Amino acid sequence: MDVQRWTYLLVGASFALYLGIAYWSRAGSTKDFYVAGGGVSPLANGMATAADWMSAASFISMAGLISFMGYDGAVYLMGWTGGYVLLALLLAPYLRKFGKFTVPDFVGERYYSQTARQVAVLCALFVSFTYVAGQMRGVGVVFSRFLEVPVDWGVAIGMLIVFFYATLGGMKGITYTQVAQYCVLIFAFMVPAIFISLMMTGNPIPQLGFGDRLSDGTYLLDRLDSLHQELGFAAYTSGSKGLADLFCITAALMVGTAGLPHVIVRFFTVARVRDARLSAGYALVFIAILYTTAPAIGAFARTNLINTVHNQPYDAMPEWFSKWETTGLLTFEDKNGDGRIQYVADANRNELTTFDKDIIVLANPEIARLPNWVVALVAAGGLAAALSTAAGLLLVISASVSHDFIKKMVNPHISERGELWAARISAAVAVLIAGYFGINPPGFVAEVVAFAFGLAASSFFPAILLGIFSRRMNKQGAIAGMLSGLLFTLGYIVYFKFGQTLFGLSPQAVAPARWWFGISPEGAGTLGMLLNFAVSLVVMRLSPPPPAHVQQLVETIRYPRGAGAASGH
Amino acid sequence: MHPNALKAYWRRNLRYVLLLLLLWFLVSFGCGILWAEELNALRLGGFKLGFWFAQQGAIYAFVMLIFVYVGLMNRLDRAYNVHEQAPLAPDRPAGKKRPDPNSPQSPSSPTP
Repeated sequence: MDVQRWTYLLVGASFALYLGIAYWSRAGSTKDFYVAGGGVSPLANGMATAADWMSAASFISMAGLISFMGYDGAVYLMGWTGGYVLLALLLAPYLRKFGKFTVPDFVGERYYSQTARQVAVLCALFVSFTYVAGQMRGVGVVFSRFLEVPVDWGVAIGMLIVFFYATLGGMKGITYTQVAQYCVLIFAFMVPAIFISLMMTGNPIPQLGFGDRLSDGTYLLDRLDSLHQELGFAAYTSGSKGLADLFCITAALMVGTAGLPHVIVRFFTVARVRDARLSAGYALVFIAILYTTAPAIGAFARTNLINTVHNQPYDAMPEWFSKWETTGLLTFEDKNGDGRIQYVADANRNELTTFDKDIIVLANPEIARLPNWVVALVAAGGLAAALSTAAGLLLVISASVSHDFIKKMVNPHISERGELWAARISAAVAVLIAGYFGINPPGFVAEVVAFAFGLAASSFFPAILLGIFSRRMNKQGAIAGMLSGLLFTLGYIVYFKFGQTLFGLSPQAVAPARWWFGISPEGAGTLGMLLNFAVSLVVMRLSPPPPAHVQQLVETIRYPRGAGAASGH
Repeated sequence: MHPNALKAYWRRNLRYVLLLLLLWFLVSFGCGILWAEELNALRLGGFKLGFWFAQQGAIYAFVMLIFVYVGLMNRLDRAYNVHEQAPLAPDRPAGKKRPDPNSPQSPSSPTP
């Protein structure tokens, strides 16, 4: 069978499975819809968290980014895993003890203020929309290649599917669908990695193969370093980013992970406080399997790519090359007219004029000439990753609108049925908006997602952390902190990333040389977070302490005993 | 339970958290970023050590840190008798302002 048929078969079969699960576990109540009835086992919750959170960026973009960035790719690896330590130690158990549906619920009650709740809803919507745009783009990239349709059509197809099962199942449907999606995505990620590791180093474990010897006896990473040197790139195992920038991007991603509403809400779905801690641990195990494999794939793919493409005749390129050329994500221009492809660092001589980082993982099995079913499997895995995250985000968006906004602010007397419908309608609207951003994306998948982390780090994390660990923190401090953190980070990103197109700034004004302390927009979340902490603490000292019942609440969430099921009242 | 015991529980918890976060910082920001250059002089098979920490080692350490914390806290919860008594009733009546019978102020009452 050819790749095309295998793709239809595997993608079709996996979708049938997800839709079946979504239908079987559809939500009957708002509690089912928001927190899956609050009775998910830690293991299943860990797996669902992993799928929810490992997005198109992790599956499709990350290994590709690492293969282009080398050592610097570590910011994504450590950044997107280290946050779980913060989550398990600082947030998850306490938020579970608190026991509400959404993050704005916590902020609203802890800071005894509708304004605080509104600010939190605003932040949640902002973060989730930024994030979901990256996902829809990822879905579009996968569909465009494997169904051979334009990227925009791919996005539209993805929108339709996400719409169907996110609106039907809510959290309950999503949780069990995500367990299935985790299995599909991790299988799809590991199979080609194991194949390639065996082919290149003879070691079946990619994590070890990556530090092993090639058939000629040199270590893979040493070979890669020397190839890079030959072509004029920086050495693969040493980076080119500044220390402050590495530090800030890593910190922004870590703290952002711990502040992402769709990740936090996961810990509301388990039955007990100790389960919340444990399920953060399980989630990280399931995530680590992919995250320790990704850098191996990055190194394998890089070596393979250079060997397959560089200085080879264009006419002799394998089939995958022309297929990606038709998507426009890969272009070749024979600058010196010798009919061969020169892939070098020097932009004037480099003949691979476009090389989208997002295609590395998808093209990798073909570059390594793996069997057709493996190629198709990767497509199914990429879709599982993108769809599971998109669905989780849409749920946060719809919960923010229907629960935090309509029920808590506009119409407190709305019926359960009405609230459920409001949730579904807002999910539908969210899909449309997300689709628009998927078709007109403001950057690469992983970069777009990185911004969402920066915004989460600078808005939610300090407010929640101080809300748990400081009895004295009051609403004035929290609101001022969240707003200043969010606005600062947003301003920094918009200024440096979009300043030229939006405000007609000169290229010099937004050049990396003008970054504060050499910190790129991706690391801005760390600055925003520090600002948030500083503003919160100063404003707190200048304003009265919170009322006694709130201080009592802070006291109560410190002790696990007495954790009830999550409730929306 | 005596409020002092609860204070002691919270202090122990904070001490665990600070210690584990210190290790968290050392393996990632320390070995993976700050000292990566120096550690790269050492090798672990085909890996330069700083590079290995940044792309592999730190992640393994993160997983271990969480499970150590889970273990420590489960023990601490029981030692101070603030652990949850499973199995819980699947749901609680929706009474809004009902005081929590298991809050530290009335630790003797049973779990609903």
